[in-house]
Formats: sequence, structure tokens, C-alpha cells
Amino acid sequence: MSVDIKELWVYLAASPLLWLTLTLLAYQFGAYIFRRCDCNPLLNPVLTAVVVLVFLLKISHTDYQTYFRGAQFIHFLLGPATVALAIPLYRELAVVKKAFLPIILTLAIGSLTAITSAVGIAWALGGEKVLLLTLAPKSITTPIAMGISEKIGGLPSLTAVAVVLTGITGAVGGDFILKSLKVDDQMARGMALGVASHGIGTARAIQTSQLAGAFAALAMALNGLFTALLLPALAGFFN
Amino acid sequence: MLGSLTLILLCQLVGEIVTKVTKMPVPGPVIGMVLLFCLLLLGADRLPRDLDSAGGFLLRYLALLFVPAGVGVITNLDLLIRSWAPIAGVIVIGTLLTIAVTGVAMQFLNRRFRGAQKESGQ
Repeated sequence: MSVDIKELWVYLAASPLLWLTLTLLAYQFGAYIFRRCDCNPLLNPVLTAVVVLVFLLKISHTDYQTYFRGAQFIHFLLGPATVALAIPLYRELAVVKKAFLPIILTLAIGSLTAITSAVGIAWALGGEKVLLLTLAPKSITTPIAMGISEKIGGLPSLTAVAVVLTGITGAVGGDFILKSLKVDDQMARGMALGVASHGIGTARAIQTSQLAGAFAALAMALNGLFTALLLPALAGFFN
Repeated sequence: MLGSLTLILLCQLVGEIVTKVTKMPVPGPVIGMVLLFCLLLLGADRLPRDLDSAGGFLLRYLALLFVPAGVGVITNLDLLIRSWAPIAGVIVIGTLLTIAVTGVAMQFLNRRFRGAQKESGQ
């Protein structure tokens, strides 16, 4: 019997189906808990799913490559979904046009706050130089952040982790912060989540309203472009 | 649906090619997003009619799509545990500070700007 289970495990572990299915299950489990607890932001479904999956990988001694063979089918859709963000942006074009100047000014303020707070706090807490460079692009979308990190001398794989954790932190704590500062303007909520927490913040903003989602998508894209141009120049200046 | 999905993938493909050829530090899908946005501006009525539902399907589950990348945390657990203090400080304080500053700035500028628009309109 135990041999049969081992054989079954070897078979399942080799196919992408197992971890693909477990990823979907873990996310739906996270979404179920989230709904059951009155959408408490601390129970963010992405966070729950990541914790559950990391735990499962650890206890089954499965490495990330094996996991990713299955999960890549979900990961792939991130590209097309990013492209599709153009649709809510287009639908809200009239509002975006009207708020053009506030958007550009807020973007510059938010982007600089994200970079300087990351570098400043890491330095104050005794982080080494490589850590400062790794964390500097933490607020922008993963592929741009990894590219910049590599360019300025950080560790791209750790940057990817920081980016995801930043996104989750924003999605978890953003509502609380914005509520306590009485920021109820949907455009401002979208901008804040998009600038600080890229796609994961945008995913959270879309759940609130289409308007907040459109502004978050816009903020994420603009912040990605802005940081990609600004940060290598800043890093060069300080080196 | 098929036409819409093809269009979305086509935008991404062109975006990937553009970034590879020009060596831009921007990822292909972001260029693809700009491209689709331009196509919508040029004539939304000429694009597949179900583009909204195809895009809506992808965006409804946007949060799920970040899970595989998030599980990537597992590859850096050691480094994460070693430098946990600066990393946690940067991520928690830095992110919440950025949200606060950005949210307040946008709400303030939006009100000022709209107020100014109304005044000049009168």
C-alpha cells in the first residue's frame, strides 16, 4: 500500500497537473476565507494562497522549478491581463483626461516617495548597499523591477520577492491607511494602490470600483515607465 | 471571444518584439497595453465586440495570476530570514507611507484642480 502511494506521488509530482490544480484550490480557499470573514483585508486571498502553497512545497520537499512547471499556465496569463488593463483605462478615458495634471503631479510625488522611503528605511535599519539597490524598485511591476534591479546592481530574484510582498502589503493595509486619512476619492484610492503596490494593488482596487481600478492600472503603468527612466539615472548619480 | 483573445495576445507579442528590438527597460506587456489603448482610441467599434468580456475574464482573476510569482518567495527564504529587519521595515513602512502620501496628494490636487476649473468656467 505504501509503495502504491509512493508510485502515485512520483507520477503526480512529475506532471504539471498537480501544482496547477493546487494553485487554483489554494486561491479559492483563500477567497473563501476572505468572504467568510467579511472581506477582512488581512486575509488577502493572494497572501493565504502563497502561505498555503509554500507550506505544501516545504512539507513535500518539492522545489520551485517543479511547482512552476504547473503554475506557469497561470503565470502566463499575467501578460495578457496586463494588456487587457487598457480596456478599463479606455472606458474611464473622459475622467482620466479631466484629471491629467493631478495624475502627473501625484505620480511624480508618489514615485519619489516609494523610491526614497525604500532606500532611506533600508539604510536606517542597517541594510548593506546591495540591499538598498535591491529594494529601491519594490513598488513597480515585477518584470520592470527585476530589469532595473539587475541594471543598477541589486539582486533581481530578491527584488521579485520584495515586489510581491510590497503588493500584498498594499492590498492588505492600503484600505486601512486610506480610510484613516479620509481619502474617499476613488481616483485617489486607485492612484495610491497603483503607485505603491503595482498589479496586486490594482487587483485590489478593481474589487472596489471600476474607476479605482482604471486609475490604479494607469498609475502602475506610468510608475513603471517613470521609475525605469529615473532610477538607473539616480543610481548612477550616487555611484 | 477567440478574436478578442487573439488581439490581446497580438498586442503583447508586438510589445515583446518592440522591447527586444529597442532594448527598452519596459516589459512587453506594458507596451502591449499602450498599443491596445491606442487601438481602442483609433476605433473601438472596429475591434471585436466581446473585447470587454474577454478582458473582463482576465481582470476578474487578476489577483490569482500573482500567486505563482508570490510562491517564488520560497527560493529566497534564507536571505529573507537573514535580513528580515530592513526588508520588513522597507516593505511595511515604505509601502504604507507611499500609499498615504499618494492618496492624500491625489485627493488634494484633484479637489484644487477641479475647484480651479469650476472657477475659470464661471
